[in-house]
Amino acid sequence: MSLVNRVAVAVAIAAGALVGRAEAATVSVACGSVGAEYDFCKQGAEAWAKKTGNQVRVVSVPKDSNEQLALYQQLLSQRSSEIDVLRIDVIWPGLLAQNLVDLGKAVPKEVVGQHFPAIIEANTVDGKLVGLPAFTDAGILYYRRDLLEKYGQKVPTTWQELTQAAKVVQEGERKAGNSKIWGYVFQGRAYEGLTCNALEWIDSFGGGTIIDDQGKVDVDNPKAIAAIQLASSWIKDISPEGVLNYAEEEARGAFQSGNAVFMRNWPYAWALSQGPDSPVKGKVGVTALPKGGPDGKNTGTLGGWQWSVNRYSKNTQAAVDLATYLASPAEQKRAALEISLNPTIPALYEDKDILAKNPFLRELLPTFKAAVARPSRQTGARYNQVSNSFWNAVHESLSGQAEPQQSLAQVERVIQRLNRRAAR
Amino acid sequence: MEAVRDRSELLGAAAAAEASQLTRQRRRWAWIFVLPMLAVLAAVAGWPLVRTIYFAFTDAHLADMQDWAVVGLENFRLLAADADWWTSVLNTVRFTVLSVAIETVLGTIIALTLNAHLPGRGLLRAAVLIPWAIPTVVSAQMWNWMYNDLYGVLNHVFLALGLVEGPLAWTANPDLALTAVVLVDVWKTTPFMTLLILAALQMVPAEIYEAAKVDGVHPLKVFWRITLPLIRPGLMVAIIFRTLDALRIFDLPFILTGNSRATSTMAIYARQQLVEFQDVGYGSAASTFLFVIIGIFTIAYITLGRVRLGAGEA
Repeated sequence: MSLVNRVAVAVAIAAGALVGRAEAATVSVACGSVGAEYDFCKQGAEAWAKKTGNQVRVVSVPKDSNEQLALYQQLLSQRSSEIDVLRIDVIWPGLLAQNLVDLGKAVPKEVVGQHFPAIIEANTVDGKLVGLPAFTDAGILYYRRDLLEKYGQKVPTTWQELTQAAKVVQEGERKAGNSKIWGYVFQGRAYEGLTCNALEWIDSFGGGTIIDDQGKVDVDNPKAIAAIQLASSWIKDISPEGVLNYAEEEARGAFQSGNAVFMRNWPYAWALSQGPDSPVKGKVGVTALPKGGPDGKNTGTLGGWQWSVNRYSKNTQAAVDLATYLASPAEQKRAALEISLNPTIPALYEDKDILAKNPFLRELLPTFKAAVARPSRQTGARYNQVSNSFWNAVHESLSGQAEPQQSLAQVERVIQRLNRRAAR
Repeated sequence: MEAVRDRSELLGAAAAAEASQLTRQRRRWAWIFVLPMLAVLAAVAGWPLVRTIYFAFTDAHLADMQDWAVVGLENFRLLAADADWWTSVLNTVRFTVLSVAIETVLGTIIALTLNAHLPGRGLLRAAVLIPWAIPTVVSAQMWNWMYNDLYGVLNHVFLALGLVEGPLAWTANPDLALTAVVLVDVWKTTPFMTLLILAALQMVPAEIYEAAKVDGVHPLKVFWRITLPLIRPGLMVAIIFRTLDALRIFDLPFILTGNSRATSTMAIYARQQLVEFQDVGYGSAASTFLFVIIGIFTIAYITLGRVRLGAGEA
């Protein structure tokens, strides 16, 4: 073999290896793990792999969103390429932006333009698009239609009505021998979910959003105190004491097993409550969260998750492709049909199949559009600390260790101190 | 934290070396054999420890680990002013005292039982170890379900026995949560205590007991005057190990109740600052504080133990 030939062969082998690698990349994707999310996401990722000839490795992550964030922060700060595609919460873009790929450059404009502009806006940090929306979320109220009918109760429109209705049904059911029934379950554990719940109470009373648009702390006000006071009165009255350690799945466990009349949760709980093995199948209604009194407003904390690509990924091209696939209209429709996740694409809210499966979507669209955002933009990198001090204060009020007034005043002091430290 | 344990191991090794009076040559060879281990320890335990202590004096942030400034004692000042930190310290101390005390008493009782010549005691000894062999994450999650206020088996049993009026919210009630954590720890770690105490018991020469029997000494007196003094060194080691472990407890309360203030320990607090809040400087200060507390405790315990042991011999 001549030298030329040898070189040619070597080049061909090298090129083959390169092409081969580009074609069959192994992309690792971190799926969520609440409810049926994990299996759903795995199917989607595997479908993509089959379609494109790549491999996927599905990484399972902690259930608690705080723990997920901690994991991603650790990995990303080490510049790890362990996870290529990750799913981030709507409050994280500010925290993680510097470690994520600018998808605005990598993805065609018309793909980005399909989504609600407000959600794209929430995913844009300093002009950089760091996430493609997977689904949007807002807190909604689940109720037992059969039980409300049985006791002649209306679907509540205010928290006060809910308290009343919950009491009536709970007492009636207990007299009838159902000793485990409770009126209302929600997410009361000391974690991010409690911040979402408490923000809804306060906002529905017109008590602000913890921090106002100018970045000024505003949580120690009479309306906010009234909201937290009402919520604190629920514990041991219409809510089990155990609710103080409930996250989403524990609340769903209580409601879906038929042990609660009302539940606050995200839309994902709808599909599961209608599953073939659900004891409350066909008995559940969904509505907007109540107002804080006649002059309050319906509200729900804005949630939702986005697909992002790790900046340190070794397969950026394939990873972007997977993220785009997972955020596509087809996948969002599948998500809406199979696990009742709300699309982020307006066109899908007109889709007949989706509306047939999730009849509440059309009615709740205004709630989703007007959802209240957590103050993550105002607080930036300090959001976790602000949220932590807020949920701790609310948790202390709920568990009766402190008066709402005291604990909310304490939050104000803590946040002001944090701001001073950040300014230093 | 790791280094403390390593140091106590080294102290033990040094003492052993002296006691056995090795020749100089053998001593040199011993060092050569030990050296690789020391190097590895320095790399995996010593270096991270030094780094953590160093970061405690800086304002480093996990988001950008390239850029930080030395801020002196600022972090420690803030730590001392944080009520949540002191809650965590108090929780840790209460947890340690309660769990180690209960485990020592229960462990001694069970070890004495297992030391008796019972039929099938080999099987019993193996069975006792099961809770300790289960990974903490698994057993904590298992207990979490048992503790559940609505469908937990514990409430079911207690209600059936009429011990409680209504279901207890074990992990949610701030007055009960720490007790719940201690209970799981006792269940899990008593076997460890039992094993160490059993080992100590088996070192006690049988002749002493025979002599006591001949003299007709009351069994309780035998325990207080013979058994306890003779197993004290082993008991001390067991208690020190358990205490060090308990002071840095993290997994159990974290899985049972998350970051809840009612059960937050020093390690949980430090992790939250370090990882969730990305405040590497401040979190390192908390870790360093924890390290110092454990260090002081170990030194105090060993010193006091020596004095007491010495007095006993004299």
